[in-house]
Amino acid sequence: MADIRAGRLDAAVIAENFGDMLPAFSANEARVAAERCLFCHDAPCVTACPTLIDVPLFIRQIAAGNPVGAARTILDSNIMGAMCARVCPTENLCEGVCVREVSEGKAIEIGRLQRHATDAAFAAGRQFYTAGPATGRHIAVVGAGPAGLACAHRLAILGHKVTIFEARDKAGGLNEFGIAAYKATDGVAQHEVEYILAVGNITIEHDKRLGRDITVAGLKRDYDAVFLGMGLGDTNDLGLGTEPDGVLDAVTYIAALRQAADKVTLPVGRRVVVIGGGMTAIDIATQTKKLGADEVTIVYRRGKDQMSASAHEQDVAQTHGVTIRHWMRPVAVIASGGSLSGVMLEYTKLDGGKLVGTGETMTLPCDQLFKAIGQSFVPADLADAGGEIAMRGGRIAVDPERRTSWAGIWAGGDCVAGGQDLTVTAVEDGKQAALSIDRTLRGAAAQAAE
Amino acid sequence: MADLRVTFAGIRAPNPFWLASAPPTDKEYNVVRAFKAGWGGVVWKTLGEDGPPIVNVSGPRYGAIHASDRRVIGFNNIELITDRPLQTNLEEIKRVKKAWPDRAMVVSLMVPCDEESWKTILKRVEWTECDGVELNFGCPHGMSERGMGAAVGQVPEYVEMVTRWCKQHTRMPVIVKLTPNVSSVIPPARAAKKGGADAVSLINTVNSMMGVDLDAMSPWPHVGGKGTHGGMCGPVVKPIALNMVAEIARHGETAGLPMSGIGGIETWKDAAEYLALGCGTVQVCTAAMVYGFRIVAEMKAGLSDWMDAKGYSSIDDFRGMAAPKVTDWQHLNLDHVVKARIDQDLCISCGRCHIACEDTSHQAITSLVEGVRRFEVIEEECVGCNLCAVVCPIENCITMIEKAEGYVDPRTGIVVGGHRTWMEHPNNPMAKDPKPARMAEPAE
Repeated sequence: MADIRAGRLDAAVIAENFGDMLPAFSANEARVAAERCLFCHDAPCVTACPTLIDVPLFIRQIAAGNPVGAARTILDSNIMGAMCARVCPTENLCEGVCVREVSEGKAIEIGRLQRHATDAAFAAGRQFYTAGPATGRHIAVVGAGPAGLACAHRLAILGHKVTIFEARDKAGGLNEFGIAAYKATDGVAQHEVEYILAVGNITIEHDKRLGRDITVAGLKRDYDAVFLGMGLGDTNDLGLGTEPDGVLDAVTYIAALRQAADKVTLPVGRRVVVIGGGMTAIDIATQTKKLGADEVTIVYRRGKDQMSASAHEQDVAQTHGVTIRHWMRPVAVIASGGSLSGVMLEYTKLDGGKLVGTGETMTLPCDQLFKAIGQSFVPADLADAGGEIAMRGGRIAVDPERRTSWAGIWAGGDCVAGGQDLTVTAVEDGKQAALSIDRTLRGAAAQAAE
Repeated sequence: MADLRVTFAGIRAPNPFWLASAPPTDKEYNVVRAFKAGWGGVVWKTLGEDGPPIVNVSGPRYGAIHASDRRVIGFNNIELITDRPLQTNLEEIKRVKKAWPDRAMVVSLMVPCDEESWKTILKRVEWTECDGVELNFGCPHGMSERGMGAAVGQVPEYVEMVTRWCKQHTRMPVIVKLTPNVSSVIPPARAAKKGGADAVSLINTVNSMMGVDLDAMSPWPHVGGKGTHGGMCGPVVKPIALNMVAEIARHGETAGLPMSGIGGIETWKDAAEYLALGCGTVQVCTAAMVYGFRIVAEMKAGLSDWMDAKGYSSIDDFRGMAAPKVTDWQHLNLDHVVKARIDQDLCISCGRCHIACEDTSHQAITSLVEGVRRFEVIEEECVGCNLCAVVCPIENCITMIEKAEGYVDPRTGIVVGGHRTWMEHPNNPMAKDPKPARMAEPAE
């Protein structure tokens, strides 16, 4: 009988497990970290940031005793600077190219400094932004995730009225429902959403799902421009037929975990297997361990270097006692009495660049199995667009300004092709789309005036 | 193993590292700790005339300038001379000298500017059997308002007069401590020499205000809302002190006057620089106040190891060797050419050399080479100014390469190998015998 139950650990232990994994800098730590920055010219950290935050400037502001001013520098480029400070894979972005990394193997802790600055601004209650002079234009944004919120915020600053249509009852998208709890403690995701909405001129209509309650064609008809930022609505399946109890979707579970008022109530298996190699796999593995799972194993069909989870994230999981097994893939789930008892895995290898099974298998007993093999776009979302919106690789194709092929429709975030599925790239998409929408609308207005 | 012993103004010490007259040498307890740590000598904190003791503020006496990681690079104080009774100090000095006979024990003095006051204090100090006295003509704060300290040191006639009194009234060696708060250090140094000083020590602290408290809208630090100028020391004053030492060393009337170098000495290397300019000892205060007396271990070992590496067996082997190289601008060779070179293996691509040169100098360093971020020197534009090397965070990544004879400077067309100073330069209307530049032959 599968051993899945809630309350494997005391409430106090769970509370501690889900506390801030990387605590905020003290003022002294921030000063020491900031003073290491060399204020590089044409700094690699800036170039590496998808939102082009002026990192040397904000760090210099911290060193000069102006963390609130530093926050403004950050938020001017990236309105979700507070969450990005916590969730960005900085070792692959700004910190990975820091010249201190080159010279000493120890980058400036840019992410933690960014958190220090944005925390200071939030603590001081400083609102830097106000809605711009009204343009009379009204723009529809689909999805209140990072892309949609960033787009709406920039549009509001530029004087446009924005209505966001959000399928869930709460804004924030993956920042609120997808990020591991220990990276976004103390309600920071909601705090950031409130900060963004406080600019004014943005209305969110909840429980409005594209394809069910609203349509792209309808929005295009009723609004001056449309931004699509609904993310990926579906999760990929293992394709192993009927799944017994105990086989769960990691994304759904993480969302429930983030929203749970009391994490002690979450049922978790004694032996957990996670299939996948991305951030979601790491997050579910680490969090089930923190909930009290005895053995947690990530199974990934390729090697360590092919995992899309960063090396740092892999280290986090392993430090928490998660085992990562490479070059294996599930071929069957094993049930006993209707509930999960194990998973049969086949060893894999590369054969002429193609991943193949070796035919050799082993069975890993488990009580709970999480699917974390990626999310996918729901084509039905665009059903009424009549094929006007071109797709690429199963997601929406956009140009560098984030325009779709259908005039008047922009898109960004995880639902567009070619992205990195990061909060920071979604924010940049939203920002660039807003700037493009603004240029387009003002251009049209100027033409009309002639 | 190098011999660090010194004899300075007739005073022997096991090494040249002395503690300057300052808070660390105010009492027996501190001085004994210093000697245990290995300091070669001390200049006891300045004694004043007998009578009601000096009163200090019971508020901040010290301020500082911090560099990265709160390293103290500048330090200032408004503390006055010793605030303990004269007799207490004298008894302690006598006791310590007796217990540590091999260490130099010099006593700093500051009394009103009349002969009787100096005569009186000198007799009382002689009773301690100390090795010498240092005349405090330097403190720029507090005591100077009462006609002592820098108020004396800034008037060469007073310096000479008091020095002469002291030489007349004591058998002890007399060291005159000079203030940097003058337009030239030569007149007071010359006055000290004329008055018969056995040596000078320099520099005393630099008149300074460390900052402004933007909340209190007052100087920082301040005493109950009001602040006053203090005396600054620490690493930031070392360049001022080195220049003054060099001026005395190379000036005809003062050359050869024994000097004790003071100002910003934190390591053996700082000390060696003073010695190389001709100082016979060095005095340290700020570094001890920041790090404790233990720093002398590094200083002694470092100086000794460096001397061994260089083959110097005693301090006199290299003392003063750098002094003859100090000259006036007009004697520099204008045909000497250096160009910056960036070691691409050491370069961490911070780009600071580029932006410094681009924004503020000669546009002689690239930021992109064939579309790739890369920093290279453009010899056609480089004037060899050293700015890039100064701002580079990596030691020895950027070096200034001397161009050998025959090199044609692409910036000027001048062929290296000539030697023209401003005195011989055709652009100098005062040049008596101007020499033309050696120019490259134009290509046929």
